[in-house]
Amino acid sequence: MGLSYYLHQPFAQHALIAGTLVAFISGLIGPFVITRNMAFAVHGTAELSFTGAAAGLLVSGDPVAGALLGSLVVATAFGTLGVREKERDAAIGVVLAFGLGAGVFLLSRYHGFASAATNILFGQIFGIADQQLLLLSLVALGVLISMAVLYRPLLFASVDPDVAVARGVNTRLVGLLFLYVLALTVTEAAQIVGTLLVLSLAITPAAAAQRLSTRPAAVTVVSVLFALIACDGGLLASLRFGNVKASVFVTAFSFVIYLLACLASSRLLTRRRTLRSASPRAARGRAS
Amino acid sequence: MITSVRSDATGTPPTAPDQPPVVSVREAALRFGDRQLWTDLSLDLAAGEFLTVLGPNGSGKTSLLKVLLGLQPLAAGTVQVCGQRPRQGSDVVGYVPQQKSFDPTLPLRGRDLVRLGLDGHRWGMPWPRRSDRDKVEQVIAEVGAQSYAGAPIGLLSGGEQQRLRIAQALLGDPRVLLCDEPLLSLDLRHQQEVTDLIEDRRRRAGTAVVFVTHEVNPVLPITDRVLYLVGGKWAIGTPDTVMTSQRLSELYGAEVDVLRVRGRLIVIGAPDSAHSEPAGSNHHHLEHDQHDQHDQHDEHDEHDEHDR
Repeated sequence: MGLSYYLHQPFAQHALIAGTLVAFISGLIGPFVITRNMAFAVHGTAELSFTGAAAGLLVSGDPVAGALLGSLVVATAFGTLGVREKERDAAIGVVLAFGLGAGVFLLSRYHGFASAATNILFGQIFGIADQQLLLLSLVALGVLISMAVLYRPLLFASVDPDVAVARGVNTRLVGLLFLYVLALTVTEAAQIVGTLLVLSLAITPAAAAQRLSTRPAAVTVVSVLFALIACDGGLLASLRFGNVKASVFVTAFSFVIYLLACLASSRLLTRRRTLRSASPRAARGRAS
Repeated sequence: MITSVRSDATGTPPTAPDQPPVVSVREAALRFGDRQLWTDLSLDLAAGEFLTVLGPNGSGKTSLLKVLLGLQPLAAGTVQVCGQRPRQGSDVVGYVPQQKSFDPTLPLRGRDLVRLGLDGHRWGMPWPRRSDRDKVEQVIAEVGAQSYAGAPIGLLSGGEQQRLRIAQALLGDPRVLLCDEPLLSLDLRHQQEVTDLIEDRRRRAGTAVVFVTHEVNPVLPITDRVLYLVGGKWAIGTPDTVMTSQRLSELYGAEVDVLRVRGRLIVIGAPDSAHSEPAGSNHHHLEHDQHDQHDQHDEHDEHDEHDR
């Protein structure tokens, strides 16, 4: 059966809609994740969405709602325990270890289909029900609006915290709000690529984009674009080659984009450096 | 009881007595927990006046700037900037921080950094508006940074970065510039360039300057008055009246010598001051090191207090 057949099936349409939403918000937060050095927070919230999903399965049979609610708990725990930057990663490690243990316990109490567990870890995009799709869409919309509101002070607080504080930005509040946005985004992404592979949507596209531009806005746009290509491309490829999981394609595409960006950037950087040293004022400035 | 050492010209500015002061501090005190930073501090800063704030680490120099920025409430007394209580994000003050290193891969151009000073503190997305862009380009031209404003900030030298910092601080057309060690880790020539820029702005626009520094000499020729803070005590006045062996010995409660060598001031014996003597006795170095450690610890505490 060809691709066009699948594209008329509701399960494939659901997957593509959800994938597009998730890729959009993942690509959006990615540059901030890198600038704020929060890769471990992404990894932590992603893995802990396993615990939330297991709890959701156990209580109401709905892993998606469980994971989303759980991510808010996780963000609160990270935010209150890891107030100082130096303590942050340690706090995430502490919460992560305990949370995964709790997740294993919860799953052992669950006597449904065993595949539900592996789906959480490696993603199951093609099993999304109408109700879950609606929930995912609403959360994605919420993340989108939050990021639009947060964008400027978040950028200021991320690249230049001292001056941001001096200019009246509440960097603590902005950081905490971003943590919630991040937790929700990551949990959504976990539904598609799985908790173990979330970084391929939340970090890789942004890392690739940073290699190609030095403008904050351009990096954000390109990062979203790369995430969309990797995610939707991965889903389509998985429909075409049915026996391979979508997350495999998504992570692979994402990685290839990154490699290509690295190649392109090494040439860009050489050109930029040459331009700089060609300017007499700049040359003088560098001499010191 | 802590006694303040005052110069004859206490808190009155030497210039423009008929204009209202840009900064007015009255009987102000600042303490963190049971640690008193300074107390009973009064000073008026006139338009166009250059105030250099000196003192060892942890004496509350940076905290004074935080008070003027509206980030740190006083324990006692009042403070006014342009006749109003300092509030966060106000355009009447411009803030120039010390140079810091940016990651070379950070996707941020010099121009973007300046732009953040314009509206980075507001919620929402930055809509590209011509008037905003013109404002940004104007201040970049004012500090002569056009040729590298488009380069990634992480590839710029310390001096270039500080020029952009000044551009950023000038965006709101401030009445007073608050500078927190802007010359730190710059070489002599760039120290001079940055100082010249600030001085140029002061002369042209009558902007008052509060300049916190460890090193008085680069700004000595343009300093109108010195505020010297030491462990809860302070002295204010012209460099000639404050920077004397007698006055600094009173402040530190220890033997301190101030030498004048070719227009430069050299302070000998002041614990943990970057402008102390280049070479001293072994005994002195030992004492110096101990104080260094102690004071760095203090400074750390002070910063932590601010973060909370």
